Amino acid sequence: MRVFVESVGLIGPGLPGWQIARPILAGIQPYAYSALNPPRVDILPAAERRRTGLPVKLAIAVGQDALAQTGRGADQLPTVFSASGGDGEVIHEICETLAGSERLVSPTRFHNSVHNAPAGYWSIATRSQAKSTSLCCRDWSFAAGLMEAAAEVATGSEAALLLCYDACYPEPLHRLRPVTEAFAAAMLLTRVRTADAASELSIESIAGQHVDSPMSDAELEALRKGNPAARALPLFAAISTGKPATVFLDYLGDGHLRIDLRAC
Amino acid sequence: MPGANPVRAFGRKTSHRPDPNQLQPLVFRSLATASSLGTGLDATAAALIGRRSGLAPCDFDTARIDSWIGRIADEALAPVRQDLTRFDCRNNRIAQLALRQDGFEHAVEDARARHGARRIGVFLGTSTSGILQTELAYRRRDPATGALPDDLLYATTHNNYSLADFVRTYFALGGPSVVVSTACSSSAKVFGNAARAIAAGLCDAAIVGGTDSLCLTTLYGFGSLQLLASGPCRPFDAGRDGISIGEGAGFVLLEPAGRADANRTALLGLGESSDAYHMSSPHPDGAGARLAMSAALRSAGRSPGDIDYINLHGTGTRTNDPAEAKAVHDLFGDDTACSSTKGWTGHTLGACGALEAIICEIAIRRGFMPGSVNTRTLDPAIRVRYLIDNAQEPPHTVMSNAFGFGGTNCSLVIGPAAA
Repeated sequence: MRVFVESVGLIGPGLPGWQIARPILAGIQPYAYSALNPPRVDILPAAERRRTGLPVKLAIAVGQDALAQTGRGADQLPTVFSASGGDGEVIHEICETLAGSERLVSPTRFHNSVHNAPAGYWSIATRSQAKSTSLCCRDWSFAAGLMEAAAEVATGSEAALLLCYDACYPEPLHRLRPVTEAFAAAMLLTRVRTADAASELSIESIAGQHVDSPMSDAELEALRKGNPAARALPLFAAISTGKPATVFLDYLGDGHLRIDLRAC
Repeated sequence: MPGANPVRAFGRKTSHRPDPNQLQPLVFRSLATASSLGTGLDATAAALIGRRSGLAPCDFDTARIDSWIGRIADEALAPVRQDLTRFDCRNNRIAQLALRQDGFEHAVEDARARHGARRIGVFLGTSTSGILQTELAYRRRDPATGALPDDLLYATTHNNYSLADFVRTYFALGGPSVVVSTACSSSAKVFGNAARAIAAGLCDAAIVGGTDSLCLTTLYGFGSLQLLASGPCRPFDAGRDGISIGEGAGFVLLEPAGRADANRTALLGLGESSDAYHMSSPHPDGAGARLAMSAALRSAGRSPGDIDYINLHGTGTRTNDPAEAKAVHDLFGDDTACSSTKGWTGHTLGACGALEAIICEIAIRRGFMPGSVNTRTLDPAIRVRYLIDNAQEPPHTVMSNAFGFGGTNCSLVIGPAAA
């Protein structure tokens, strides 16, 4: 599949948006860790904002970050949301409540427990009635989301916005599902080269070997391994340099994606 | 379908110019299902034709819920295959029960021999996957540390991807795979993922479908929203008071239609939209639902008058049914027969899209339109041709709707591969 990247968005510890992250990923400035503050999501109505957890805030903020680089609006834009898990705080609270004797589940927590809660809040915030999907592919959720968003633009839509995000789980779930840091990555893909296009991607799924491009910086490499959405980092680093590159992404445990990138 | 239809303009606008988004028909090469109606297509058809509902008062686990459920008997749920025990949970047991029906395994093996394991995709929907495993494990936390027991295998049971991972591993497939989890539209939307993957050349065939299983999260969660019916759910009834939660699985092996497939039932069109309105209530005018149905017709190259029967989402809540009816009436007028089959199966959440696509295939093949069990007195405010009794009219082309929390909508058009 061949698609164009019109813009990207990124939110992680020490990486509060693409403009700041870009020179860091390009190796021009050093990476310095700093704990991620929950992003502001002013586009969400106040009543909804109060009810949302970190995954929703990450998804909305990273989508806005990607759209801020381009003139494109969100209202007609198909979206592909992808995350390895839902809102861990909500899952923990519900499971804890259900293990007790009263079992008074909060209705707001329950509707926030659905995997597509970020997509629902995004559509409310942007008033977008465009088609949208919410995927899960465990540790391969970024690769699977990229495949889906690329297929979306390759087979019909002019553009699609990919939003990948995962937040940490509280204990006791954290031990079973150790996401180390919250992270979110977004890509605005288009079918044809637009005036804003940053790079062109050629994506191929290859069987057999387990190949994964690492980050050269040790801290960024730990971040990449610690959150499924941060598997986007090597591809984003390649985009940040503006040079041709080939990036490998582990996919489904029995293959990988080979992504050949050319700057536009 | 004959008769006046006030919204013909839609069809005129698009029928002479092929839409670039028009779908290539994908035949239902094989189907498999399990639900409270029984296992397999014959048992499902017999329950539909014999008007036997699968609903019964809630007796699941330790739930103290004053509601009815559509449950699969525990005795029917064998542990998962011995080499796959890491996937063992109620959700994957239900999936396995369905996969073993109606020659589905043989059909997948045949497709694998023809296309190769790497060329068959697996795109499945679920809303809660194996969360029941985690719910049960929370009762067994270490009293000193709070730790969960070591036998809880989060990745291969609770995680949403567990279902697709299980099915892909069950058949030793190597193609693209993902789980869609968009609440109650999940396993309708996966038909779209498969269509896109096949159109983009990523695979030549795909297993689509979904599975959801009873758990306390949904029983108590829907209870907290006061959306559970006190008795068996009664879609479109004047006295309807909510949903009955069900469990089940439906799988379809999809392939592009070949020359010999003209009469075989196929996916002809698919439309998706978002409400952009509210997390747990539908848009009152059904605006998002109407967009999804219009997009499905467009991608099938059909007009409203071409649809003989609509299998509605029809959950039986006070607000969902009139919103969907408004959207159907706006687009189809008074004449198109429609019904919800959730009085039979209950609301199987992330599995209902696939299960109801299979019910549509049964209706086309057996030449009848299902009505609505448990519904006694139609809500007089709802102006659509809603069937209570089964109709002995063979439907040619049908639509199936699935909508979910978060305002996610999906409509499928299903009919013979060649018109």
